[in-house]
Amino acid sequence: MRPETEPAPVPLLREISTLLAKDFRLEWRQRAALGGLLLYVGSTVFVCFLSFSLRGGTPPPPAWNALLWVILLFAAINAVAKGFMQESPGQRLYYYTLVRPQAVILAKMLYNALLLTVVALLGLFLYTVFLGNPIQNPGLFVANLLLGAVGFATTLTLVSGIAAKAGGNGATLMAVLGFPIMVPMLLLLIKVSKNALDGLDWSVSQSAVLTLVALNMIVGATSYLLFPFLWRG
Amino acid sequence: MSTAAIIGSVSGVAMTVVGVWGGQYLIEQRTAGVVWKTITALLLIGASAVGILITVPRLPIVNESIRNLFFHVPMWFSMIMVLLVSVWYSIRYLREPSERLDVLAHESAKSGIVLGLLGLATGSVWAKFTWGAWWTPDPRLNGAAVAMLIYGAYLVLRGSFRDEQQRARVSAIYNIFAFAAAIPLLFVLPRLSGPSLHPGQTGNPGFNQYDLDNTMRQVFYPAVIGWILFAFWLTQVTSRFAFLKLKHDEN
Repeated sequence: MRPETEPAPVPLLREISTLLAKDFRLEWRQRAALGGLLLYVGSTVFVCFLSFSLRGGTPPPPAWNALLWVILLFAAINAVAKGFMQESPGQRLYYYTLVRPQAVILAKMLYNALLLTVVALLGLFLYTVFLGNPIQNPGLFVANLLLGAVGFATTLTLVSGIAAKAGGNGATLMAVLGFPIMVPMLLLLIKVSKNALDGLDWSVSQSAVLTLVALNMIVGATSYLLFPFLWRG
Repeated sequence: MSTAAIIGSVSGVAMTVVGVWGGQYLIEQRTAGVVWKTITALLLIGASAVGILITVPRLPIVNESIRNLFFHVPMWFSMIMVLLVSVWYSIRYLREPSERLDVLAHESAKSGIVLGLLGLATGSVWAKFTWGAWWTPDPRLNGAAVAMLIYGAYLVLRGSFRDEQQRARVSAIYNIFAFAAAIPLLFVLPRLSGPSLHPGQTGNPGFNQYDLDNTMRQVFYPAVIGWILFAFWLTQVTSRFAFLKLKHDEN
């Protein structure tokens, strides 16, 4: 990847931390985008609250659960979509001369994971404020939520890279490409989160949680291996 | 895990590897391949005819519809096989890009979609008469739908590029990524999610190895081989057609 003339290659971790710092700085400079995302989550939750208040009160737990994950899924698509798409081809070429592609994908996945964690926690907070809190096992629920945020981030990062290459209407293409891949993950997440809502013991959800962790690792490793090919073009 | 189970899974992996290699060989074959195509035709016609005619064990719920074993299940086997071939072509494409490998990956994926749709159709008809509904929220059915959606997305992705090399590379990446991220889980999820109506699952008589009696087995395995060979045959024909079109466009 790197030219031979370079005296000493910069360690991967340093490249990642530099890229991560760059992403945070960019995000901070374009606060409107971040604000838009948070407002998106907030207004969706509020719309749900209004729709349910027509029938008086909070939704039953299964609907509560399904709705939360749908909101988070769409928020995740919107949050991750802007990552690669806001970069111009020239910018990409510039990074290409500076860092390894592995650093780019790892930094982006890390950044998206942090971003989605914030979005998920904020979403859950607003959601419980407006639509009630039927969770009986909060520890498992939040752990599952974090696992979901990280899983969404790892899956969608490479998908957003792919969609950015295709150009045009990125967010639509991202949804088309991303949803089928995420369905198995979503099924597991919703199942564990239902167990947490019902206050079932941790041992009931153990195998599903372990599968989720394994799935995150598979997706992360595949992205790491495939991204250099995506970047080369 | 017993020794038999280990031997079973190892031989399963070995057969899959042989199938993927053999599939590539057959798909890319330059000669007419009369012998294996005759065998394929004989196996398909024979297994279908015998499958309809033989006496089958009478099991509750499934009854005569157990004959679907000779059609529905081999279709899924051959879909998975030809999709594996497609992924392998995509991996080969990323290692050394060529238009040929891209066409082969694309055509194998399309054959996989055809077989998947056939599998869905046979399963759906079967479900209507056994369960009373065309579609139920069963983990296996969801998995099948997800697989179809993934390959639909693959085709949409291919359609959204103008540059051919770009299209070939990015769709190869998506092919590998989607397969690695979703397909293994489609086998794991039904086992995780507990009770299911699908035959071979808990509390339901069906096609698992203990219920499969010997005569059925003698029809089932030829049917599987026949359908897998059919998938390769189909891919060979469509990819030859695609190559001819490419050649025609160049001139």
